[in-house]
Amino acid sequence: MHTSYHLYPCGDHAVTIELGNRIDVSVNNRVIALFQHLRSLQANGIRDIIPSYHTVTLVYDPAFFYDKAGEGTVYEYLCEWLHDIVRKQLHADIHPRKLRIPVCYDPAVAWDIAYVAEQHGITIEEVIQLHISATYRVYLVGFLPGFAYMGTVDARIATPRKASPRAMVPEGSVGIAGEQTGIYPFASPGGWQIIGQTPVRMFHAQAEQPCYLQPGDEVHFYPVDLITFQQMKLHEH
Amino acid sequence: MSIEVIKQGILDTVQDHGRYGYQHWGINPGGAMDTAAMHISNILTGNDPGEPVIEMHFPAPELLFSSSALIAVSGGDFGACIGNISFSAGHAVLVKPGDVLRFVQHRTGSRVYLSVRGGMVTDEWLGSHSTHLKTGMGGMQGGALQKGDTIVLKQPHPVPAATRVLPWYAGMEYGHHNSSIRFIPGAEYHLLNEGSCDQLNHISFLIGRRSDRMGYRLQGAALACMQAHPIISSAVTRGTIQLLPDGQLIILMADHQTTGGYPRIGHVISADMPALSQMQPGQELHLHRTDLATAEELFHEQQLNLRQLQNACTLRLQEFFQE
Repeated sequence: MHTSYHLYPCGDHAVTIELGNRIDVSVNNRVIALFQHLRSLQANGIRDIIPSYHTVTLVYDPAFFYDKAGEGTVYEYLCEWLHDIVRKQLHADIHPRKLRIPVCYDPAVAWDIAYVAEQHGITIEEVIQLHISATYRVYLVGFLPGFAYMGTVDARIATPRKASPRAMVPEGSVGIAGEQTGIYPFASPGGWQIIGQTPVRMFHAQAEQPCYLQPGDEVHFYPVDLITFQQMKLHEH
Repeated sequence: MSIEVIKQGILDTVQDHGRYGYQHWGINPGGAMDTAAMHISNILTGNDPGEPVIEMHFPAPELLFSSSALIAVSGGDFGACIGNISFSAGHAVLVKPGDVLRFVQHRTGSRVYLSVRGGMVTDEWLGSHSTHLKTGMGGMQGGALQKGDTIVLKQPHPVPAATRVLPWYAGMEYGHHNSSIRFIPGAEYHLLNEGSCDQLNHISFLIGRRSDRMGYRLQGAALACMQAHPIISSAVTRGTIQLLPDGQLIILMADHQTTGGYPRIGHVISADMPALSQMQPGQELHLHRTDLATAEELFHEQQLNLRQLQNACTLRLQEFFQE
């Protein structure tokens, strides 16, 4: 189990290491461990290291490795190097922070909460209860700066993405897509079901660590009413 | 020493190679769409190939030079001119104080790159000057050029006797042959059903209207995978060809998001990205499958060509400044 993995090219300038094929804490722990180890090597010619739920992708500069690769391809050269690394018994150095994030679930700002309730034959109050009663793990940050993919949403409220994404969802929108939940750090086109809004800023461009949430973090949501939400939002900005 | 934007273009942004090292924070790298043209523009002015440039689309801006400078344009042909002096992409031009650079007609290509010898004063964010529009960071305060903006130049330049186009040309042949873009298979290529696989490699696609720096939406026969395959989000890169739920393809470009959840059918080879970046909505394209070794060779060859061009231009500039 520890050693199962699969390497494949992601174009002629990146290689993806797949450590599993589902949204799973133990797979993600291996991903984080590998990601941390690769970063610590600070290898020249590696431009980016991108973890996801179940993969780590290395973006590299093919020009840098061309001569070193000799007879074979740069990809093969890097795979040889990676095989040794991936087979190591690595442990993720995670200090999971426990974070509580306020969310306003008022239908005035929770545009799809009524739809989600209706889809599952439950009340809006029950949707809120189910969303706030789980602890969510942050699996990865991607898609937008500071967008944390979190799981796992209770099956009783898990709802697929909207068939037609909205042209714009506001910054702070809290959404559900299948068993994932996430918060939009910026106004953006969005296909997730919007069940609330948070006043908390997810991304501070000028901060040394701009992302509010990091892989491994444990998140709990708690409800605030519309007035409180608006006051908190004023305070935050 | 500055350039004033007296008329803004539809999308003019400062770009360099892109912002790498932060994709694990969801910060997408961006950077120049046509990296080869960016290099050539810098090579012509004797800059470092990675020096930030202004990437322009058509309609392009009108730029007033308050001081003299050595500039170069490369990439597409937008009918560049200063007064009644016209010049095509691939040339360096000596400009005098008061000269206005205009682009009067869209002829070919999608992007034009302007470099200035010595570079411009622009914002750096996380090691890059590329403009990140979403966060409002990098380049010209994280935004597109607007009328009234002033771009400060880093170095003075002696005033020339007259505006003058330097007599040498630097450019490169783009692409395999007209309208053919090469790709290597992606992780989900083998999931395409037989008919779709066949079509992918033989039919022509149209570059859709909603194609931009983020991605090129292709229009063509609907493709499908053998089974509905839910893909868990994973990293995607520039050139990744995704299959959307409606059976159409999208090719991710410079402003791609860091992760994606659609099937990755293929990846455009790095050597063909400059050519693809200059193609326009309404143009036809063919996708042609190749292998990784060929892709690497072609990229390497392109880099060698750029280095040769750089050496040649360095020599020309040295001779020129000695006169």
